[in-house]
Formats: sequence, C-alpha cells, structure tokens
Amino acid sequence: MNEAATSAAAPANAMIDMFHVEKWYGDFQALTDINLSVRKGEKIVLCGPSGSGKSTLIRCINHLEGYQKGEIRVGGTRLGDDARTIDAVRREVGMVFQHFNLFPHMTVLQNCMLAPMRSLGVGKAQAEATARELLQRVRIAEQAEKYPAQLSGGQQQRVAIARALCMKPKVMLFDEPTSALDPEMVKEVLDTMIALAEEGMTMICVTHEMGFARQVADRVIFMAGGAIVEEAPPEAFFSAPRHERTRKFLGEILQKH
Amino acid sequence: MNYKLDFTPVIEGMPQLLLACLGTFGLALGGMALAIVIGIGGVILRDSRVAALRWLVKGFVELVRNTPFLVQIFFIYFALPLAGVRLDPTPTAIIALGINGGAYAIEIIRGGVQSIGKGQIEAGLALGLHKAQVFRLIVLKPALRAIFPSLTSQFVLLTLTTSVCSAISAYELTSVAQRIESDSFRSFEVYGTITLFYLIISWVMMRFFAAISQRYFSYPVK
Repeated sequence: MNEAATSAAAPANAMIDMFHVEKWYGDFQALTDINLSVRKGEKIVLCGPSGSGKSTLIRCINHLEGYQKGEIRVGGTRLGDDARTIDAVRREVGMVFQHFNLFPHMTVLQNCMLAPMRSLGVGKAQAEATARELLQRVRIAEQAEKYPAQLSGGQQQRVAIARALCMKPKVMLFDEPTSALDPEMVKEVLDTMIALAEEGMTMICVTHEMGFARQVADRVIFMAGGAIVEEAPPEAFFSAPRHERTRKFLGEILQKH
Repeated sequence: MNYKLDFTPVIEGMPQLLLACLGTFGLALGGMALAIVIGIGGVILRDSRVAALRWLVKGFVELVRNTPFLVQIFFIYFALPLAGVRLDPTPTAIIALGINGGAYAIEIIRGGVQSIGKGQIEAGLALGLHKAQVFRLIVLKPALRAIFPSLTSQFVLLTLTTSVCSAISAYELTSVAQRIESDSFRSFEVYGTITLFYLIISWVMMRFFAAISQRYFSYPVK
C-alpha cells in the first residue's frame, strides 16, 4: 500500500501510468515532468510541433527510448531497465511506425506470423490463422502472399497494424502513422484505426489528423518543448484551447488541412 | 621462337589435373564456409557490449588484412607445430583460407548490417523479439543481400588464393601442375592449361553465387 500511495493516485483500471517522467539527451531535456494516465479502452491523441517530444513520449512506453527519472507502469508492470520487464511490456504494447517498417524479405503473412511464433511461442497453424483473420480485418487478406515492396504505402501501413495486432496487444501506440503517406492513402489507414478504436482498443496516437482526433479521441494532449501543455476532451480542446501556444499550433495545423 | 608445343605430358596428366580441380573446389568451399562463420560471428562480437571482444575482433581484422596470406599459411603450418598444434596440409589450407577470407568478410558483412535502417530493428524490438532474434531473423538476410556482390568477388578471390596453398603442398590444382611441370619441363603447356582451368573454376563459382542469390535474395524491393 505504501508503494501504491507514493506512486500517486493511479486509477484501478489504468493501462498506462507515467509519473514525473524526465528524459535527457545529454544536456538537452527531451521530456519534462510527464504525468499521464491512460485508462483501459481510452483513446488519446498526442499533438504538438515537431521536436515537442510526442514521439519520444510514446517510445518511452515500450522502452525504445529509456528515461532517467520518474516511473512508467504498463498494465501494472513497472517498466524497469531489465530485459525481463521490457520484453513483458513489449509483448503487450503494439506499435505502428511512420515508415511502416515491414520486413522486406518476408511476405505479408510471414511479417504477421514472425513475432507471435518467436516471441509468444504460438504454433505455426495458430499464428497463420490469427494472421489471416487480422489481415481480413484490415481488408488486405488477398495480399497475404505478396512482399511489402509490392504494396502501396497505405496497404503497407494496414499490414503493419495487422502485424502489431497479431500479438494481441492491450495497447496500441501510433507514431505519426499517416504522415509518410500520399494524401489519397491517408483515409484507408485512418478508417482502419477508427474501426480499431470502435472495438475498444486502448490507443495513443501521435498524429496531426485533427478530424481523426475529433471523431475518436477521448482526450487530446498538446505538447511543446518536451512538456504537456494542455489536455482536454476534443470538444473543449478545439473550441476553447486555454493556452496561447495551443491556439497558435491549432491555427497553423487547421489552416494546412 | 622455336619452342615446339607438346601437350603430351598435359594430356597424360589430365586425370590428375581434373581430380586436382576437385581439391581446389574443396579448399575453396571449406574456406568459404569457415569465412562465413567467422564473418557473421565477428560482426556480432565487433559490436558487442564487451569492449575486450570489440578490440579482439578489430585486432584480428587488422592483423589478417595487413599481412600476406603466404606468411599466414606458413605460420599455421610451420610455426604452430612448435606450440604443439600440428595439422595436415589440407586442414591447414582450409583454416588459413577461412581466417583470411573471414577477416575480409567481417568488414563486408558489417557494412551490410549498418545499411539496415534503425526502423527495422525497432520494429522487431517493439514486437517483443530479443536482440539476437532481431539480428538473426530481421537484419541478417537483407544485410547479406545488400553486400552479396562484394561477398561474391571476395569469395572468387579466395578461390583463386587456394593456389598459394601449393606452398605447403596442399592437394589442389597448382601443386599438381607443378609436379607435372617439374617432371616434363613443359611450363607453357602446363601453366597455360591450368590458367584456363582457373578461369573456368571462377566462372563456376560466380554461377554458384548467382544461383544462391536467385534462390534466397530475389524478394522484390523498391
């Protein structure tokens, strides 16, 4: 109880908890006093100018980046520096990258089967059944035998989503999933993410797609200079931003779209 | 120019020469297999977290790449027995070729590994794979594909270097040719013939690597 008490008031159904997280690259402070609690099933959109630390923040959650101070808990597991807890957390947290990062030497199906078999120890038949089911869900089942280079960007990103889902994660992290795509492919990826949100997945999305944020997010978080500046439900966030920097950012981003 | 060509000794020695080609292939394939193992193992150790291992690999590469192959093979064959390690010519030749080729392979394969984007490694880690699995399952194949042409020419060079192993009388084409030449003094005919043989052997090796490339590295890339 002492431990829990010092770790602040974490709600019982919290999926991700970040307490006073701080991160430096040498002298440069990348994250300053990050406090964030994400409940099961909650959808968070993270936005902010480039270099504001939003990608760094979500990359800390699955320890692609380490942090120097504070504490991160994922599904109750305290994320330490040891390989055991890092692996345990990574198996429960799916991630989708800006540049898809599909493995070029494997077919779509093999991309989806690799980690369940090698990391979770799922049998081949089971892994294939799961992979085909999820490829169906992102509406790309007919491309299962193709290689990534034979697919469009939008298709590749949908495969990357299916690949992450094959691990049956409890949380999905999206790191600017549409910003490397041609405009006409953005919608197919966003639709896939919206469908996933509607099924109740816990999601943290770094994105500048404000339409998506309005439609899906429970909370929108604005970051600048490595810190969380503002945090509000989308209605309030877009109609009545409290901070000057948020207003300026929204002005720029909404003008562009 | 009143040298009269006489291929009789070459023709009489042809069965031995052809068999010796197999010896050359054997040394080359054995050397390459060892070089691949040293190459991949060396790349892993070269970027190890343990500084002593990194320096060991660096030192090994520097030592091997900056000394003559002939001296290396003499060292293994003539000097190591004094330290109690006594090997026959053929295993000596394979080990020397493997060590020499391996040192070059380390640098070549390392270049391939470095050409693999960080995103690939992160995607593997994010999926819960261990570092070793990421290297073996995700990095290695695209890395080998990227440097396969360089590796091929290095291995053709290794194949031709087998002729130096005649210096310790390993069983291969050049040493058999030398024997025929010293019995018959038909230098032009004997060395002319094996020059042609080496050309064919190189060509076969290149076809062999092209077939491997076709089989394993033919997945499409953008």
